[in-house]
Amino acid sequence: MNLRHATPVLAISALMAACADDPEPVFEAPEEENRHLNILYWQAVSIVNPYLSGGTKDIEAASMVIEPLAHYDENGGMTPVLAAEIPTLENGGVAEDLRSITWKLKTDVLWSDGTPFTAHDVAFSGAYCLDEQAGCASLASFADVTAVEAIDDHTVRITFQVAKPWPYGPFVGSLSPIIQREQFQDCLGTRAQECTEQNFGPIGTGPFKVDDFRANDVINYSANELYREPGKPWFRTATFKGGGDAASAARAVLETGEYDYAWNLQVEPEVLEQMVAAGKGQVLMGFGSQVERLMVNQTNDDSNLGDRRSLYLDGTNAHPFLSDPAVRRALSLAIDRQVLVDTGYGAAGRTTCNIVPAPVPYASVANEACKIPDPAEANRILDQAGWVRGQDGVRAKDGVRLSILYQTSTNSVRQGTQALIKQMWEAIGIETELRNIDAAVFFGADPASPDTFQKFYADVQMYTNNFQGTDPEVYMAGWVCARNPGPHNQWLGTNIPRGCSDEFDALVEELSITPPGEDRSRIGKRLNDIIVQEQFMIPLIWRAAVSARSNSLKGVRMNPWDSELWNIADWHR
Amino acid sequence: MIRYITRRLMFAVPTLIAISFAIFALLDLAPNDPTGQLPLTIPPEVRAQIRESLGLDQPFHLRYAKWMEQFFVNEPLNLIEEAFDVEIGDSSTRPRIRSWATRSPVVDIIAERLPQTLWVVGLSYVVGILIAVPIGVISAYRQYSWFDQIGTFVSMVGFSVPTFFTGLLAIILFSVMLQWLPSIYDTTHEVTDLTSFWVQVKQMLMPVMVLALYNAAQLSRFMRSAMLDNLNLDYVRTARSKGLRERAVLLIHVLRNSMIPVVTMIALGVPTIFSGAIITEQIFRVNGLGQLLIVAIQGADIPLVQTLTFLFAVLIVLFNLIADVLYGILDPRIRYD
Repeated sequence: MNLRHATPVLAISALMAACADDPEPVFEAPEEENRHLNILYWQAVSIVNPYLSGGTKDIEAASMVIEPLAHYDENGGMTPVLAAEIPTLENGGVAEDLRSITWKLKTDVLWSDGTPFTAHDVAFSGAYCLDEQAGCASLASFADVTAVEAIDDHTVRITFQVAKPWPYGPFVGSLSPIIQREQFQDCLGTRAQECTEQNFGPIGTGPFKVDDFRANDVINYSANELYREPGKPWFRTATFKGGGDAASAARAVLETGEYDYAWNLQVEPEVLEQMVAAGKGQVLMGFGSQVERLMVNQTNDDSNLGDRRSLYLDGTNAHPFLSDPAVRRALSLAIDRQVLVDTGYGAAGRTTCNIVPAPVPYASVANEACKIPDPAEANRILDQAGWVRGQDGVRAKDGVRLSILYQTSTNSVRQGTQALIKQMWEAIGIETELRNIDAAVFFGADPASPDTFQKFYADVQMYTNNFQGTDPEVYMAGWVCARNPGPHNQWLGTNIPRGCSDEFDALVEELSITPPGEDRSRIGKRLNDIIVQEQFMIPLIWRAAVSARSNSLKGVRMNPWDSELWNIADWHR
Repeated sequence: MIRYITRRLMFAVPTLIAISFAIFALLDLAPNDPTGQLPLTIPPEVRAQIRESLGLDQPFHLRYAKWMEQFFVNEPLNLIEEAFDVEIGDSSTRPRIRSWATRSPVVDIIAERLPQTLWVVGLSYVVGILIAVPIGVISAYRQYSWFDQIGTFVSMVGFSVPTFFTGLLAIILFSVMLQWLPSIYDTTHEVTDLTSFWVQVKQMLMPVMVLALYNAAQLSRFMRSAMLDNLNLDYVRTARSKGLRERAVLLIHVLRNSMIPVVTMIALGVPTIFSGAIITEQIFRVNGLGQLLIVAIQGADIPLVQTLTFLFAVLIVLFNLIADVLYGILDPRIRYD
């Protein structure tokens, strides 16, 4: 009787055993402990193909295996990787009409399977991403590209639809590496989704190759014996573990010393300091173009407006009080940015008055005054503009109260910043109500959700943004008037504050035909100044990428412009 | 009994279909976006194309029908093919349920995760039971003794202090201060000899014990009250007056009868082993099914969330049935026919 009833249980355990069969090859622990590198990313890697992901963790894990033609170095300059040199106007690599760029490739590079790397692989990588059905996440790097052609085995020409003064979008940086044509040739278009084997273990030219990949968990690498630089990489094997949270990742490097490198440690500064005190490792900072900023809504977000809410509507739907430049100025003047840095960021943040704080050619110095808060001046400006304090201490004019709904994504540092800014604003008579929204919803672009940052159903919102690479043209072009989000573009517009300036739009046009040099820098800076001085956006904190390394790990050069693992071939103990 | 089981199984089918629809509809209504976690540098047009490539532009009923076909037809066929090494029809063009984040078949990822979860969470369940039953028995037999008081205290602590606290405490104590145990679980570790077995024991110790404490706390209270219910019954007095040894009275007569509700409880709890321990897996980076689920939820990886939660639903329905059947076997007074 007992046995008979046990059968369903037995069947289940048999099923369990079938599923539990370990399909992975055995990973041997390395004999020499010290030639093994342990990397910890608290977001686990999902796929080793940046073209199908776009997530930073996936891009960086892949950057150990597949390489672009050129890297950005830690100062934002370009260094050739698979290319023999960086094409410029001077050396003839960039055409006079700025409509094409020709890359000369290194001739002696081999894929890790022993076959030679050629221009056809580069052309294929371009075709792979440009295929409309593929859903390529790096498509922005290929903006305006009409063709990527192999002229001979070691020359590639990329042609553009329009003049491209900055033609270093495709194949520069870890976002658009070269994949092997031989391996991926059956993976074009819709088939890209089905190539699990390729996406999990791309063959590359980089210092490492994937031995074993477990999605959303861990990757084991071993050194690529055929890597073009002799004697590199120094490490023979590497483990790339994922999961957990930032604080425990920091602990694993700085306190327990179990790992050599941990990525993206946005942890409260005092917690990080305490961990560093254990003396097992060091914190690395890289200041790129990340700026935590406030977006100031220029359109009316009144909930009574129905579908007209937060729509630009050719300027007919102006915000009742944030359209007043005096109010926007006062908002910025009241904020003590140093306090925000000290409480939420520590050494990982600096006060900034620019939307583009780096690289040097584009970093404006015209707005530094904002670093010193001046609530008295803010009060004076508001008084002068006719915003008078009522009995409740909140300023009002013609029945319009200065009452702000201030939203951001859910994150303890952001909520801390929100609370501080609320105090600063209430001190100058601006009522502030706080709201936070789960990051997946806030940054998710579901057009049906009222809570996305694109919908912007609030007066002010805060988040961090940055730009890819070192040229801000695309970033700036995102804020032209016409790109305000609304139903006409499925809320996909990038001009989130919905601010409009004719001078800005004209300068963006000019930037798009100005080659690198003094003029381009001047225009770039001016564009930054317009946004900041109009206070469509209020920059707060220039944020660093924060990582940690163990004391024994040498050769790490923290790079905010490209993959942090860009020079992993040089890492050693 | 057979008739009863068949009837229950037949009822389970519409229940599960309703559940699958509810899960799918809920996930669809949730304001979540698979491209929501990507860096803001990826422009909205590109995001739209990514969503399209994932099939998100199709209407709800089509996507649901597709998932049903993939789950109930394609995946089982695929399992059969792999198990018996045969090919049924054209298997290369048969679409499988693919995760949006990894673009790989969801079932393969789940199979890869099962061992970790079964080992760590399953073992903690077993350890929990092994701790709970004796504590429950002794606590009840010596009610209000110091052992009972301590047992009550420990189970209250275990029950009320969350695992994210005990887990962190254990890490700070054993990994940071004493440096005895690793704080990060190595899922690729293979046990080949005694040394590697010891490594495995060391890395499993903390997560297993933290979870076992939690499981034991619940069960031991249950065991204790079941024992207390039985200890005062007439049959116990009869057994004692027959001159049976106290040991036999307690362990054969009382324990057996008290186990009836406890076994049911244990059976009902088995599905939670599969659903993993989301928090504990996160803390120790065990990266089992619980971690898989939470990562999928955060990344709006709908096919993965849908499939996982549905599998959990199947297990819950199944183990409810098993618990009911076990109850009938253990307690001859209960008849289903």
